Amino acid sequence: MHPTFSIVFFTTASGAGFALLFLLGLAAPLGLLPESSGFGFVALATAFVLATAGLVSSVFHLGRPERAWRAFSQWRSSWLSREGVMSVMTFVPAAIFAIGWIFFGVTDGVIGLFGFLAAICAAVTIACTGMIYASLKPIHQWHNRWVVPNYFTLGLMAGFLLLDLIIRFWTVRPVGTPLLALLAVLAAWWSKEAYWRFIDTTSAPSNVASATALGSRGRVRMLEPPHTQDNYLLQEMGFHIARKHKTRLRLIARITAFVLPALLCLIALIGSGTVAAIAAALAVLSAAVGLVTERWLFFAEAKHTVMLYYGADAV
Amino acid sequence: MTDLPPTYPGQKKLGLVIDLDLCVGCHACATACKEWNTGGHMAPLPDFNAYGDGAWGVWFNRIHSFEDGEGERACTVHFPKSCLHCEDAACVTVCPTGASYKRVEDGIVLVNESLCIGCKLCSWACPYGAREFDADEGVMKKCTLCIDRIYNDNLAPQERQPACVMVCPTKARFFGDLGDPNSAVSELVAARAGTDLMPELGYRPVNKYLPPRRGRPHGEDREAAPLSAVIAEAQNEADAANPLLRWVDRLLSR
Repeated sequence: MHPTFSIVFFTTASGAGFALLFLLGLAAPLGLLPESSGFGFVALATAFVLATAGLVSSVFHLGRPERAWRAFSQWRSSWLSREGVMSVMTFVPAAIFAIGWIFFGVTDGVIGLFGFLAAICAAVTIACTGMIYASLKPIHQWHNRWVVPNYFTLGLMAGFLLLDLIIRFWTVRPVGTPLLALLAVLAAWWSKEAYWRFIDTTSAPSNVASATALGSRGRVRMLEPPHTQDNYLLQEMGFHIARKHKTRLRLIARITAFVLPALLCLIALIGSGTVAAIAAALAVLSAAVGLVTERWLFFAEAKHTVMLYYGADAV
Repeated sequence: MTDLPPTYPGQKKLGLVIDLDLCVGCHACATACKEWNTGGHMAPLPDFNAYGDGAWGVWFNRIHSFEDGEGERACTVHFPKSCLHCEDAACVTVCPTGASYKRVEDGIVLVNESLCIGCKLCSWACPYGAREFDADEGVMKKCTLCIDRIYNDNLAPQERQPACVMVCPTKARFFGDLGDPNSAVSELVAARAGTDLMPELGYRPVNKYLPPRRGRPHGEDREAAPLSAVIAEAQNEADAANPLLRWVDRLLSR
């Protein structure tokens, strides 16, 4: 599948934003975070900006962006619509929670309940994003049990890394967040490796014989393509990534998304002051590069069954 | 709503049956489709750089060619592919706006262009590549089963068929109600063991494909005669054309 940058940015930025909101909505009412209004403002603003920037970016890949509002209507059947509805709905309790925390310095009681509600909505939004891809049967690399967990663990990883960075401006030596960030990185790493192992060792149930209802005489192969020039299908679904680049990009994703952030979390955990803060900041930057690479690969490695009609033996 | 319409027994399921034995890969159906539909329900079907390198256009019907088997046993199969108007059409249910829909009265899958936001998700959900994006208007387009022909009172009754079926010079394409087990198309599918494409995905396409029959002249079912026998037979036939030799042959054959 063709990796469109607006979609790569949308899923990574919104994933991080909603995951951070999930953590704030869950942890602040329980009194696990600094109660300062300043911290509330910076942390929530980061979450809002990331989530909103991602959503706005997703609108840019539409053929008719001015009609985007129509996407809220079909939540009964469409995961894309559900994602749209949930992402906007999340902002309602999140806004009340933010007003309570930032302007009145309250994170418990009724405001806390709105925090929990925002956390639940944010988690459901992330699940909906994953389901958009996981529900597509023609794409084996998306239609599997690892995709939704991947979206959760990678989002939580980004959320924890951001939280650990922001919290350092208010807490001298946080212990919980770098430790949890480290665990989140390891969990994300494990789930991504499991996903890669799955797509490397399995293939789609469809092949060129089932796609053409041929094969009674032996091997089926394409003799002539239907057209000599490019078309929409080949541009959108025919994206091909060389094995060499795939291996190299996976290595880049592995190092920048998981290895470096894990090491930097460790430094942030045992170090203190400026060193730890710089480590936390570098962890966020490295993870940003890694997640974009990983998400680009998520599209580039996905193979659509329509390519069976264009010379692919298997997908 | 992009929920699939309710189903009931005896429901009409209009669709195509394509005989892979008869298709000669002439692309007439694709051309006729383009010609009709660029002025039809989903019009226009845009082309960019239509006459030069880098031509790019929207087509509802594409003719692929495959080889089934290898070596002498191989059989060339031309394979027209258009929307299969699936019963379990994921292109409809994934649509976030309600633009993509399946008609309850005949099962035809259509796009309401004025609702389409061009998110392309329906084309990702279609395993068969039936939908093509109109980059000019920013909306998705697809085969309408020539809905503006089959119900068109201005056309003579025998012309109320999809353009691709009308034009086919080898009569490899059939149009009818596949929901009615007694229809001509359903009987053809039953007689020729017509099949679904990618049945394992569970989309339950309405369109059926009739696989090439075994035992065709170049298949493994007929042993090729030795070349000497073929020449001798040709010689005999040539001789038989000469009346004098024919009389001699008859005389000597007694």
